[in-house]
Amino acid sequence: MLRLIPIAVLLLLLAPIAVGTAIVLLAALGWAPEFNARTTNLEMFSAVLQAPGMWHSVWLSYWVGLIAALVSLGIVILFVAAFIDTRGFRLISAAIKPVLAVPHAAAAFGLLFLIAPSGFLVRLVSPELTGFMRPPDWLIVNDPGGHAMLAGLIIKEIPFLFFVTMAALPQTDPRRAEIATSLGFGHIWGWLISVFPAIYFQIRLPVFAVIVFATSTIDVALVLGPVNPPPLAVRVLHWMNDPDVSLRLTAAAGALVQLGVTLAALLSWFALEKLVAVLARMATLRGWRFQRDHLVAAFAGGAISLSVGLVLLGIALLLIWSFTGMWRFPNLLPDSWTVSSWNTQGANIFETGRRAFIIALAAASFSLVLVLASLENEYRGDIKINDLTWWVIYVPLLVPQIAFIGGLSFLFLRLGIDGTLWAVVLVHMVFVYPYVYLTLADPWNAFDTRFLAVARTLGKSVNRVFWTIRLPMLLRPVLASFALGFAVSIAQYLPTLLIGAGRQPTITTEAIALAAGGNRRLIGIYALMQTVMPFVIFALASLVPRFVWRNRRALQVGGAR
Amino acid sequence: MTCFSRRAPKGPGTLLLAFGLAVSMLFAASAPVMAADPDPADWEAVLSEAEGQEVFWYAWGGAENINAYIAWVGERVKEDYGVTLTHVKVSETANVVARVLAEKAAGRNEGGAVDMVWVNGENFASLKREGLLLGAPWSTDLPNYALADFENKPVLTRDFTEPVDGLESPWGTAQLTFYYDSRYFGEGQTSGPPTNLEALEAWIKDNPGRFTYAAPPNFIGTTFLKQVLYGLVQDRSVLAKPADKATFDRVTAPLWDWLERIHPNLWRSGRVFAADTTHLKTLLSDSEIDIGMTFNPGEASSAINEGIFPDSVRSFVMDYGSIGNAHFVAIPFNASAKAGAMVVANFLLSPEAQARKADENVWGDPTVLSYGKLSAEQKALFDALSRGPATLGAAELGATLNEPDAFWTEMLDAEWSARYASGS
Repeated sequence: MLRLIPIAVLLLLLAPIAVGTAIVLLAALGWAPEFNARTTNLEMFSAVLQAPGMWHSVWLSYWVGLIAALVSLGIVILFVAAFIDTRGFRLISAAIKPVLAVPHAAAAFGLLFLIAPSGFLVRLVSPELTGFMRPPDWLIVNDPGGHAMLAGLIIKEIPFLFFVTMAALPQTDPRRAEIATSLGFGHIWGWLISVFPAIYFQIRLPVFAVIVFATSTIDVALVLGPVNPPPLAVRVLHWMNDPDVSLRLTAAAGALVQLGVTLAALLSWFALEKLVAVLARMATLRGWRFQRDHLVAAFAGGAISLSVGLVLLGIALLLIWSFTGMWRFPNLLPDSWTVSSWNTQGANIFETGRRAFIIALAAASFSLVLVLASLENEYRGDIKINDLTWWVIYVPLLVPQIAFIGGLSFLFLRLGIDGTLWAVVLVHMVFVYPYVYLTLADPWNAFDTRFLAVARTLGKSVNRVFWTIRLPMLLRPVLASFALGFAVSIAQYLPTLLIGAGRQPTITTEAIALAAGGNRRLIGIYALMQTVMPFVIFALASLVPRFVWRNRRALQVGGAR
Repeated sequence: MTCFSRRAPKGPGTLLLAFGLAVSMLFAASAPVMAADPDPADWEAVLSEAEGQEVFWYAWGGAENINAYIAWVGERVKEDYGVTLTHVKVSETANVVARVLAEKAAGRNEGGAVDMVWVNGENFASLKREGLLLGAPWSTDLPNYALADFENKPVLTRDFTEPVDGLESPWGTAQLTFYYDSRYFGEGQTSGPPTNLEALEAWIKDNPGRFTYAAPPNFIGTTFLKQVLYGLVQDRSVLAKPADKATFDRVTAPLWDWLERIHPNLWRSGRVFAADTTHLKTLLSDSEIDIGMTFNPGEASSAINEGIFPDSVRSFVMDYGSIGNAHFVAIPFNASAKAGAMVVANFLLSPEAQARKADENVWGDPTVLSYGKLSAEQKALFDALSRGPATLGAAELGATLNEPDAFWTEMLDAEWSARYASGS
């Protein structure tokens, strides 16, 4: 039974993506019998590339994706290099934790409320310093160049990359950096050339996932991104939803162009990797030591604090807006406060929140069961995970959602299971499973298996040992991975929208639907709820083990091993 | 807590494992079975069939007051008819058309996701053309349709020039109305808001960054283009029928010239446009712009009541008439709860629901009913409504301009996108 698990996982992760992409590919080539199209040609691709402003859309997706990854990785790495083992480092580590739980859309809304010309930052200095009695006519958000969208992506990718870097740190040798410093290398440069290569080696796949996400983001683009024309993924979504039948095929071709753009960004990244390696080697060989790095340290520290601060302040603004009556410019705080928005939305928040909760609970639970089964199977069969398996687990994070969700929704429609709760749960699992696996695998494998051997020699069965020793002792990482899976499911927009056929509205799809209208009170409420739900689960995941093991000192956080 | 860390692999594996599965599953559709559609002429039968049904109503969900009104409708139809109404909030109605179309393509001839859709104009024309609507005329047989003012309001029987043919049920009427913050007009400046295109152009020039419109194909944006076009064409009759590209270019040339002249002085220098009516409303309440526009003549008063607009906001219309139309609800051919949807559509036409809709404290959307056909009690419902300071009276609203033929709408959208949505 357990031995069938790898096949089940393989089906879960690869089948939807392969099938979805295949359907999209056929449609893009003009073979879609349901629309009376049975030709095969490249007409659709030329239609896509000739659409007004298409090259601008393509360029936007490409450069924003690449730069978002570059800047967020750069800030994280420089910060770690400059501040590791300092008080400031521990402070940021603590502050960044809640930021990880904030969904992309909510962070984007918070940023919007901060940086818009009528937003909080301009109000803060108006009219005292600026003289503005009315908001300035500045093109900050939805700018055609995509800079606001880039900022929105960076503030959410920084916490993610920080966490994966943290996870990789224990497997590197900090003494290398000390030796480098003692040889006269600057603090940051010494760390970069001695420790960073080993870390980067481990966080490469997460960095790729960032590039893929950033090149094909939809929710962040809808909130902060350009509109005329929007980035490629948003245009594909528009085509997908157009009443004109023929545009369905254009959408399919557009989805494949998106795949190509993402791939191009990844290839550029590979080239960048090579370039950086060559430059770094050259600098090292020439003996450059970069000792004066205070400015760089200040920049990294400032940038990461700013990014964390922006997200947290943005969340505070969501809260304020949700209770706002009238809020005239340039008043710093609302002129009147009211609970009426919460009152009128109460029933709908409950309904969409409950649905999001059920979906996330189911997707995270099933994924956790599958992950535990996979890990236990690996342990019992003494299976070592190879490179190919790692790629397979990462596939759902490496293929843009827009490239296959459309095809998948058509398949589900055909099978008559679209628009059902369980179809949505199933598709969420494709994205939840990898995160749960990736967070649980290391603590699980690091477990001292001699506990199990002792129990076995005392005559306990292998199943009994699993249930009574390993699982309880690993309760903390198990719940933590569950919480992350829950958060991933809550934040899903496109799969919920397309597979749910609009019949399964969740807190996230509601938040994005409201974005277009720009009613800040409602956006505040929904984005806030979207943030609170995963946050509560994260909090429970860290409290429950503390309570359950209150009489087991060694199993507490920081307890002796 | 986490560990994503792993040795980086060298190359991606083969990912086409399930390809065969894909193709085999794709064509395994079930055969359709058609059930008889409910007939509104036999209303008792419709009512009994509807009881206990769940109706999924796909309707634009971008305005809080409208959502609240729809929620109220849900409570009332539950109470009176045992119908459970779920409002599926959509951001663009075109998405719903696409949804029904995909279901038809996939052979789902019953049990569709959409039971009722709030629709008009191009989307109705698409639904009708593609055969996606409930086949037999039904709306004219609804008991409350008799109260509708179809004799005097041609917009109730021709939706953007497309004959309604009983395939959708009227819900409300609309007229393009502008609103402005009167604090910034009047004293010292030219008196009052600009009510013709020359005055509007001059005002935009004098007040750079204080005016914008929604980007077509959003309906309010497209409507603004049509409104301007009406003000610039010599012969309006040309807009009533389809034309060729050359005629289109010739007739619309003054429109594009006019836009070229105002764009540099628009909000954000015309590089970004509003998304829809709610966005325009937000921009005015943030004092980012001074003039906004809407299809709902009661919207400004309604927003003052909600505390979103300052009470200095007033409405105006163009002196050469305003584009007017109606909006409807339609039922797709494969709806799961057709009887339930008919019951809801009929309730929407009831004096109770129409009067509440026209109340500016609720929504302020003009009624489709004929006052003269109502009973004394029903008239009292409408008499009790007060008109807010920002709402124009019937006489002030002026003449109604007919929607141009769908050809013009489509061409205007396409041409606008080609000119202003290319990112250059």
